[in-house]
Amino acid sequence: MTAALSAGLSLKPAHYAEALDAPADARWFEVHPENYFVDGGPRLAWLDAIRARHPLSLHGVALSLAADAPPDPAQLARLARLCARVEPALVSEHLAWSAWRGTYYPDLLPFPRTRAALARVAANVSIVQDTLRREIAIENPSHYLAFAGHELDEVTFLAELSRRTGCRLLLDVNNVFVGARNLGYDAGATLDAFPGDAIAEIHLAGHRADAALGASLLVDSHDAPVADDVWSLYERLVRRIGARPTLVERDDNLPAYAELDAERSRAAALLAGAPALPVAA
Amino acid sequence: MTALATFQDAFAQALLAPDLATALDALPPDVATLARQPAFAVYRNTVTRGAVDALCANFPSVQRAVGDEWLRAAATLHVREHPPRATSLLAYGEAFPSFLAAFPPAADLPWLADVARLDRAWTEAHGAPDQPTLEPAAITVLTPAALAAAVLVPHAAARWLASHRFPIHALWSRNRRGEDHFADVAWTGEAVLVTRPRDAVRWIAIDAAHAAFLDACTRAGSVAEAIDAALAADRNTDLARLMTTLLDAGAFTRLSGADERAVRAPAKP
Repeated sequence: MTAALSAGLSLKPAHYAEALDAPADARWFEVHPENYFVDGGPRLAWLDAIRARHPLSLHGVALSLAADAPPDPAQLARLARLCARVEPALVSEHLAWSAWRGTYYPDLLPFPRTRAALARVAANVSIVQDTLRREIAIENPSHYLAFAGHELDEVTFLAELSRRTGCRLLLDVNNVFVGARNLGYDAGATLDAFPGDAIAEIHLAGHRADAALGASLLVDSHDAPVADDVWSLYERLVRRIGARPTLVERDDNLPAYAELDAERSRAAALLAGAPALPVAA
Repeated sequence: MTALATFQDAFAQALLAPDLATALDALPPDVATLARQPAFAVYRNTVTRGAVDALCANFPSVQRAVGDEWLRAAATLHVREHPPRATSLLAYGEAFPSFLAAFPPAADLPWLADVARLDRAWTEAHGAPDQPTLEPAAITVLTPAALAAAVLVPHAAARWLASHRFPIHALWSRNRRGEDHFADVAWTGEAVLVTRPRDAVRWIAIDAAHAAFLDACTRAGSVAEAIDAALAADRNTDLARLMTTLLDAGAFTRLSGADERAVRAPAKP
């Protein structure tokens, strides 16, 4: 099913009309399901209309799978209802936490990657997959803090999570780049270590230097075009693993639709020229 | 408690601490080490900014009325007192109008909380369940006695607010539309009805009698009881016009309790 998807775009309300009119040519659109957790009204009507023409991906930001608690049943039920409504081609979440003891912290928060944490995240991923009756993909977030308490590196953690739960991975190339720069590891080597068979989706996005700390800290800001270094890493990844549905992600400082679509076309062209490797089931 | 839960308790505390430097000593060493890193500010800023941005987006008329800087300062204080609980920020700010009502710097803007309540009404109307609206013709087929006994069920998207003191329709709607002219506003009480009859949120000015009528309908009072409530609010109110105004605005989704036997036979062509 996902093998047919080419490159897609984040869908924002400012671009609803253009998205609806875009050619139905294997492009697709991704939304944060939390932005559609409403009972009715124009937001859902737009999503339904766009879904009638294009495949959709639901990319959650708030299931808080790395919290030391099961996902909120009410939120999971809303996600299940939205999945039933729009039948998304892809469903994904993050290796992070964002809700804790009844408060929502709107960010993708880090945690020490211990074996105990792996067991908790695996249990949470399984709850989500059992509820939705489908595989989800888990994304590597950006990293800013140096942890002393990690027992597992991120790729090992994600690969083991996929092995235990059957979940797929969403590889965010920009997040690898940002984390590697901030914490001093090799982005290319990290990308090369990701198990290609497990990768269901790729994300590309822009970053910028932190306003206070300057170039020593890159922030995964999603408010700028994809950087050249990130495009290079993406090419390297696609050469290795073959084509995967790829999202050009933009959440802030939104340009005209045509400008974003030009970035999407660049990714689509790279995918079209990718070696035709078999895609794992 | 597990190590992960202990970590998350401390990390969460550091995220929203008003003054991180003074909070550091109370944190366990592993989290204090993280919170001392300059990059910890990225998380603190993102968490607060995400919630503040949501309040700015959800209260555009307040933002227009007081300016971005004032609103962001107020919102930042509100986020500390009432951080988001729901993981969707679309409807964040339920407690913001009452926060503004009790916010000392807003003391000379006593109408601001009502403007916030109307922004909130817009948000609720926008995401309310899809329902049909009761067509004005639906009540013309009832005998007067059947209509008096029936209950008009408010539409799921309908919200209304009345102020005895402030021109809240003018203040809210002009700010909502980005208008700057307030010189001609008569400084008297106003009421507003927000509806979403089809795909878009609309609003009209109503008066206290309309609001009293709608309040009675919300309590599942009959049309006769709602009329009593409207007349109690304004004994000179034009009831026929009141009904037409509310029905045309899409304030109701259906009639309940109308006695079917009392329905008039359709007029012969």
